[in-house]
Amino acid sequence: MIAFIARRAVLALLTTFVAFAAAFVAIRALPNNPVLARFGQHAVPEQVVAKMDELGWDRPVWRQFIDFLVDVAATGDLGESFFYPERVVDGLARTFPATVELTLAALLIAVPLGIVAGVAAAVWHNRWPDYLCMAGALVGVSVPVFFLGILLMVAFQNMPTGGRLPLAMSYDRSTEFIVLESLLRGRWDVAAAALRHLCLPALALSSIPTAVVARVARSSMLDVLGADYVRTARAKGSAPQRVVFRHALPNASIPIANIAGLQLGQLLSGAVLTESVFNWPGMGTYLVAAVQRSDYNVVQGGVLLVAIVFVTLNLALDVLYVLLDPRLRHAPGAQ
Amino acid sequence: MTGSESARPTVIRRALGSRSTWLGGACVVVYVMTALCAPLLAPYDPERLVGGSFASPSWAHWLGTDQLGRDLLSRVVYGARLSLLAGVVSVTVAVVVGATAGAMAGYFGGRVDAAIMRLIDVLLAFPGVLVALLVVTALRPGWGPVMLAVGLINVPVFCRQVRSTVLVVQKLDYVVAAQAAGAGSGYVLRHVVLPTLVAPVVVLATLGLGTAILEVAGLSFLGIAGELTQPEWGSMLNEAKNNLRSWGWRALAPGAAISLAVIGFNLLGDGLRDALDPQLTRVR
Repeated sequence: MIAFIARRAVLALLTTFVAFAAAFVAIRALPNNPVLARFGQHAVPEQVVAKMDELGWDRPVWRQFIDFLVDVAATGDLGESFFYPERVVDGLARTFPATVELTLAALLIAVPLGIVAGVAAAVWHNRWPDYLCMAGALVGVSVPVFFLGILLMVAFQNMPTGGRLPLAMSYDRSTEFIVLESLLRGRWDVAAAALRHLCLPALALSSIPTAVVARVARSSMLDVLGADYVRTARAKGSAPQRVVFRHALPNASIPIANIAGLQLGQLLSGAVLTESVFNWPGMGTYLVAAVQRSDYNVVQGGVLLVAIVFVTLNLALDVLYVLLDPRLRHAPGAQ
Repeated sequence: MTGSESARPTVIRRALGSRSTWLGGACVVVYVMTALCAPLLAPYDPERLVGGSFASPSWAHWLGTDQLGRDLLSRVVYGARLSLLAGVVSVTVAVVVGATAGAMAGYFGGRVDAAIMRLIDVLLAFPGVLVALLVVTALRPGWGPVMLAVGLINVPVFCRQVRSTVLVVQKLDYVVAAQAAGAGSGYVLRHVVLPTLVAPVVVLATLGLGTAILEVAGLSFLGIAGELTQPEWGSMLNEAKNNLRSWGWRALAPGAAISLAVIGFNLLGDGLRDALDPQLTRVR
């Protein structure tokens, strides 16, 4: 068991490192030169050469990579953005919490709704609740999230879109987890405003995970409801609700938990479209803008964070899966 | 069933017997025919300025006109072309690269397998949009790079499926028999393993077409494909979003078009999968 976790952890570290290295090289292989971009059309060639030399960007890529690693090891800092007077760490601290709150809010909608829909579909298998849920799930995975976002904005014109708080609201905070922090501090007015801003983006973002969770919950419940122990429970006279919620659902929950975890990883890195529709100041839009400007430090720092989060999450899920499922715990591969 | 001759008609009959195959197939046929017959269906040239800008729907322009005065209905109809082309090209890229890598990983195992699967892990650790953006920026914005990029981010799906199918298949007696009879690995892969891969890959490719259409539209919604005059659904939605208060409703037609195309491929893919995998059908 320990060996299994250790092996997965080493692999996760390796994956993160390679992903980071790949981003480091790839962003430098892009044809646009950030120095030229910053100095504009009237750049003096000597000036550009001097700046490149100052930043060390004229050196071979492998050399820059080693320099960077040494730098990070020495200072623990990811450098500054090339276009804004902001450290990459601060940029990530500003945008990552926005994405996390959006993602968690979307999952808070998706998981309960998906489970209810999936369980209903399985219980009333091949009857109208089943058809309704499956049709809804089909639409949920098929409608583009940016189209859904536009529809929501048109339908709820009185809801705020863009940003996380009203422009007029100034609010001193120490983190960018606005909802969480304002709730902890008892600033109900801020929390209410932040939640109002969060509503539509979270609703749009939840469409795909809701559909995915519903499908998995349904098929997982169908498997369990057909099992012998459920038939036994029914035969001994357990109430139907008790059979569904006490006997079946707990046993069907492992695949559901797993798919919800996978969706969390997907959303954390994949909310770019939703963020763009709603002008949500999250990490997706931050990184996309950085790639378009070839802002080296921001891109590699952001990729590092995303890779760490994604890989760690998958590792945690693997471990959790083995812990939850006794069959896997005793499988030869897990020893 | 005595052999593949009798197995195949059963699969087709099963596929045709399912409602989702019919519904999805109908959507896909409408979509493909729209793309092919766009010049016959569209009332105007989609790139010509034929009216005032922001005209409301009228008999002359059923869906009105856009900010430059181009006919919106014609643009929605022509939009099917680029979307279909982009979907087909990117899925082809994903199938060719993914299936080859997956077959090699599964068949050769050991180091080859480890190397390929670690590469796939790395690819998955990146947000898809970021990978696509890097590829498109590196190759200069345009439709070719967008298709290539979407193909690349879909490689893992095909690679994993093909690998796991090969892992199962190569332990079967007839594959072992072929190897024992002295067939080289190239021959075994092509003539013994490849036929078993067709079914799962066709199902995945059908579902993948839907995903690819969504992703291409998403990238062009973000403006990653660059400036274009060609009608494309994702960029039409972006235009609608930028003028939300006054003509957000203009998002309806291109948005519904994307949704229907994707629903079609998803339904068709589900129907084919159920037909090809009787065990799944029994459970459902």
